Amino acid sequence: MLEIKDLKIGFSSESGITPALHGVSLSLERGETLAIVGESGSGKSVTALAITRLLPTPPAVYQGGEILFEGRDLLKVSDAELRRVRGGKIAYIFQEPSTSLNPVYSIRSQIAEMIELHRPDVPKSTADIDAEIIHWLDAVGINEPARRLHDYPHQLSGGMQQRVMIAMALSARPDLLIADEPTTALDVTIQAQILNKLRDLQQELGMAVLLITHNFAIIPGLAKNVAVMYRGKVVEHGNTEQILRDPQHPYTKALIACIPRLGDKRRRLQTIESII
Amino acid sequence: MSTLAITPGALGAVTQETPGARILRRFWGNPIARISVVIILFFALTAGGTALLGALGHHWPYDPNLTNLDQKLLPPSLQHWLGTDNLGRDVLSRMLNGATISLTVGLIAVAVSLGIGVIVGAIAGYFGGLTDQILMRSVDALICFPTFFLILTAVAILGPSLINIVVIIGLVSWTGTARLVRGEFLTIRETEFVKSARVLGQKDWKIIFRHILPNASAPIFVTAVLGIPDAILTEAGLSFLGFGVQPPQATWGNIIADSKTYLLEAWWLILFPGFAIFIASLAFYLAGDALREASNSRS
Repeated sequence: MLEIKDLKIGFSSESGITPALHGVSLSLERGETLAIVGESGSGKSVTALAITRLLPTPPAVYQGGEILFEGRDLLKVSDAELRRVRGGKIAYIFQEPSTSLNPVYSIRSQIAEMIELHRPDVPKSTADIDAEIIHWLDAVGINEPARRLHDYPHQLSGGMQQRVMIAMALSARPDLLIADEPTTALDVTIQAQILNKLRDLQQELGMAVLLITHNFAIIPGLAKNVAVMYRGKVVEHGNTEQILRDPQHPYTKALIACIPRLGDKRRRLQTIESII
Repeated sequence: MSTLAITPGALGAVTQETPGARILRRFWGNPIARISVVIILFFALTAGGTALLGALGHHWPYDPNLTNLDQKLLPPSLQHWLGTDNLGRDVLSRMLNGATISLTVGLIAVAVSLGIGVIVGAIAGYFGGLTDQILMRSVDALICFPTFFLILTAVAILGPSLINIVVIIGLVSWTGTARLVRGEFLTIRETEFVKSARVLGQKDWKIIFRHILPNASAPIFVTAVLGIPDAILTEAGLSFLGFGVQPPQATWGNIIADSKTYLLEAWWLILFPGFAIFIASLAFYLAGDALREASNSRS
């Protein structure tokens, strides 16, 4: 469904163009989850944002490659076409839920905006839209969703805010959900709840998920395939279990060795030699 | 998870107060704000009442343009509470009519300058790049002109009618608003929720007006309120120089201008309109300040 071929992106600065992605290739099938894992600055987020051309140009420069989504190259489609894809076909969830919601609107009006934009099948009446919003808030595990409709973002906890963000992203019924470190800002118990919810909803709705993370530990059980990124390149791409069992690239080996395991002998965590 | 989940009922005590309502509540909690609002309301009601009476063909206490040379330059008395001028016209009646002019000028000039300033600032701040450069360099160029002389020149060319004056004041005073709005937009457009709106496939103009502008509305509203006394003072200055709204229509500025020859013998001619300008401007400034304080989330 999504195929990225040899994507090259750089950022222009006074001293010329600094390359950020040196030919990234990835593929993702309908209904499956692909995790992109890598350290800060490895190009994970740039890749994610590049998919719907969200990088501001300038400074970003698309230097080459193709992003094929359902057969069309998103780097070539018109802006109007792209707006329909954004949100409607490809939805995003970001890391920081507290700043991702507009502080001056209730959660109802923010989710309603999404539904009005991308769900022509939902009737325009308040009751119908409310019912749809309540459905999604309920789906992401918010208790008594009808009572929370008119809450403002500051009245919700971080975990609740992230659930609202997920509800908002899902309410457009996207084919692909890109989750850019969706749980990094949350504490560990909430993190597990949110990730489990995300997995359940994915199976229920049959959408594809592109999960971006720097935390290898959350990937098993969540993503069937994984792509390991390092310094703007995909160094390893394949089945999660296989890569965990038998990593090929020295960076992947080091990354996997870093995952703390329950019952391990106490030892220093391994560090990774790298230059960014 | 069910054992750990906090029921929403536990959070039920949190009130559902909109950000606007919070600002208003904090604004009203400030005694200075209340006094300013009362003064502004007093001016607004007298101005409105006088305009309404005038439209119905009535005058209170007298016709502001009725001359009576037998009664010229009378000091304040029971017949003429604020005295009479050199043509025997009642000063109170003229000041009431002047209040209408001052408030009209203040409100409309600010509306004009706000309209231009917000649009220019929003476009410059949101789109950035070359658009921003062109717009903001034009603003810089406009700021280089001494505003008051620009207004004088424009009035001299176009003629000193009320509508001309209001529009001209508005047209030369939007630069500060544009800079402020641009600054707000530069900050807010980088926030995650604006990114989210773009990610949702929202159109640029909807992002500008629906997502960014409401978040910048508090400082914009404050500059608007602070712009009103500036416009009132500018109009008074123009009237004093004879470039304002033309006699016989009374304005606070031209009452003072007419009286400058009689300054030594008729103190009431200059004191009362001067005081009205001072109090009205002060009330707007203080209200604007209180609003800024109320909308500052850090305090």
